[in-house]
Amino acid sequence: MSVSDSEPGLLTRLRRSDLWYSFTRNKAAMVAALLLALLITTAFAAPWITPQNPFDPAQLDLWNAELPPIWMQGGQWPYLLGTDNQGRDILSAILYGSRISVIIGISTVVLSLAIGISLGLIAGYFGGITDNLLMRLGDVLLSVPTILIAILVSAIARTMLPPGLREVGAGAVLVLAITLSAWVQYARTVRAQTAVERRKEYVQAARLLKVPSRRIMLHHILPNTLTPILVAATLNFGMAILTEATLSFLGIGMPPSQPSLGTLIRFGNQYLFSGMWWMVVFPVLQLSLLVISVNVLGDWLRDALNPKLR
Amino acid sequence: MIVFLIKRLANAAVVMLIVALMAFVIFRFVGDPVEFMVNEQTTLAEREALRARLGLDEPVMVQYVKFVLNAAQGDFGISYRNQQSVMRLIAERFPATMELVLLATLISLVVGIPLGVITAIHRGRWFSEGLQFLSIIGVSLPSFVIGILLILVFAVTLGWLPAFGRGEVVRIGWWTTGLLTPSGRMAIILPAVALSFYQITLVMRLVRAEMLEVLRSDFVKFARARGVPARLVHYRHALRNCLMPVVTMTAMNIGALIAFALVTETVFQWPGMGLLFIQAVTFADIPVMAAYLVIVSFIFVALNTMVDIAYAIIDPRLRDAHS
Repeated sequence: MSVSDSEPGLLTRLRRSDLWYSFTRNKAAMVAALLLALLITTAFAAPWITPQNPFDPAQLDLWNAELPPIWMQGGQWPYLLGTDNQGRDILSAILYGSRISVIIGISTVVLSLAIGISLGLIAGYFGGITDNLLMRLGDVLLSVPTILIAILVSAIARTMLPPGLREVGAGAVLVLAITLSAWVQYARTVRAQTAVERRKEYVQAARLLKVPSRRIMLHHILPNTLTPILVAATLNFGMAILTEATLSFLGIGMPPSQPSLGTLIRFGNQYLFSGMWWMVVFPVLQLSLLVISVNVLGDWLRDALNPKLR
Repeated sequence: MIVFLIKRLANAAVVMLIVALMAFVIFRFVGDPVEFMVNEQTTLAEREALRARLGLDEPVMVQYVKFVLNAAQGDFGISYRNQQSVMRLIAERFPATMELVLLATLISLVVGIPLGVITAIHRGRWFSEGLQFLSIIGVSLPSFVIGILLILVFAVTLGWLPAFGRGEVVRIGWWTTGLLTPSGRMAIILPAVALSFYQITLVMRLVRAEMLEVLRSDFVKFARARGVPARLVHYRHALRNCLMPVVTMTAMNIGALIAFALVTETVFQWPGMGLLFIQAVTFADIPVMAAYLVIVSFIFVALNTMVDIAYAIIDPRLRDAHS
C-alpha cells in the first residue's frame, strides 16, 4: 500500500515530498501505519513466531483444550491468549488467519485494480459504444448490493465446483466474488480522468507521432489518474477484508481447514454462551485493528492528496 | 419532465430485467431443478413429466419470458427445501426484516443528526475530533462484530436483553409485529442497534460535511449579524438546509440496509428474509435465492428511481442534467 514501491531511488524523494510532511504531522496516520506494518509482518511471519501450527492435528493436545488467556486463573504458557475446545492456540490461529485475510484482501485489490484500470482506460479513451456498454454494466452491478453479489457468487461457485476443489478453491472464489463489484469504482474513476486527459495536448501530440494507443493509455494517461486510485485502493483493501470476513462468518467463505479471521469468529460465536469469550473476542479485536488501521490511513491519504484541503 | 420520467423508468426496468436474467440463470442452470425435486424411486417417465410440467423442455428464451412474467406476479415457484410457495415464505418473513430496517433507520437519524451537528459546530474541539475518529472506527467494524459484542455485553454478561429471536408477535392482517408486546420490544433492541451502527456514522459524517458548508454561507452570516441566537441559527436555519441530502441518502440506503440485515439476522437468529436467504444458500435452495435476489434488487432500484424522480420534481435543473 505504500507510495514507495513503484519507482527506484525513491527514498530521498519521498522524504522531501508533501505527502511525507503531512504524514509526519498526523499522529493518527503514523500510529495506524505502524500498527498495520506490525499486523501484516506478524501475519506473514506466523509459521516462525507462533508456538504451534494450529492446523496440524499432530500438534494439538486435547489436554490443553479450553485454557483461558495466560493472565487468568488456569492460563498456561505458551498459550498467551488461551486455547479453543480442541486445544488450538488462539494466538497462533489468529496470526495464521490474518495471513489468509490479508492475502485475500491484497489479491482482491490487485485483481480489481487490473480489471478496473484496463476497462476504465478503454472506456475513457475510445468512448462510444464500448464506453456505454462497460459503464452500463457497472451501473447494473452497483444496483445490486455488493454483499448480495458476493454471497451469490460464492454460493453458486460452491454448488458448481466439484467437491474436491471446493476447499482448495475457496480463496480464489472469494477473491472473484468480491472483485466482481469492486472493479466498478476504479473503472469509473479512471474513465472520468481519462476522458479529460484524452483531450489534452500531450495526448494529441503523442497520437500525431503515431504512438500506439496501448502505450498512450499505459504510459501517458495512466500516471495522471493514479492519485484518486491510490486512495480508493487503500479503502478498498479494508472493505475487501471486511467482506471476506463477513462471508466467512456466514459460513460461505473460507472453510474450517484454512480459516480466515471471519471463520475463527464464526467458531468463537458458537461458544459465546459457554463462557469461552477469548475464542471470539481476540479474533474480533485483530480484525477490527486491521481494518481500522487501513481505514485511518485511507482517510488521511484522501485528505492529504486532496488539493482543495491544502 | 415526462421525457425524463419515461427515461428514468425505462432505465430502472432494464436494470430489473438484467437482474431477473441473473436470477433466471441461477435458477435454471445451477444444478438441474428436476434433480432437486425427485428422489431415487422416481421413474424416468415421471421425471420427464415433471420436466414438461415445469416447462423446462421449452426454448430458453420462452422460459426466461415466463420467469419474468411469473416473477412480476409474485410467483417464484416452490422452495426445494420445504415444498412451500417461495413467495409465501418470503412474505411471512418480510415484516420482521422491515421492522428491523425501519427501526435501525430511525435510530441512525435520531443519533446521527445531532452528532453531525455537534461535530460541525464545535469543529476542532477535542470531543468533536474524538467523535470524528470514533466514526472511522464505526465504519471499520463489520456489523456481525458489533452484533457479537452487543450480545457478549448485554445478553451474556449483563443478561439484560435477549440475544436471539423476535419475542412474541402480534398478527395484524398479513403483517406480524413484535413492537406491541414487551418481549418483542426487548428482542428488537440489540439487532436494531447493531444494524444502525454503520448508518449512524454515515449520517453523522454527511450532516457534518453539509453543516460545515452551510455555516459558511451568506444567509447564516446574515442571521448571525442580525443577532439571531446561535442555537436558532444552527438548528433552525442551518440544519434545515442540510436535511435534503440526509433524506436522500437515508431513502437510498434502506435497500442496502435490507441486504445488510441478512448479516445481523444471522447473528441474532432474527426470523427475517435475510435469515431465510442464508439458510437457502446453505441448503442450495435455488428458488428462494433467486427470489430474494429479485425482491431485494427491486426494492433497491425502486427506491433509487423514486429518489431521482422526487429530486427532478423538486429541482428542475436536474431534469436537463440527466437527459
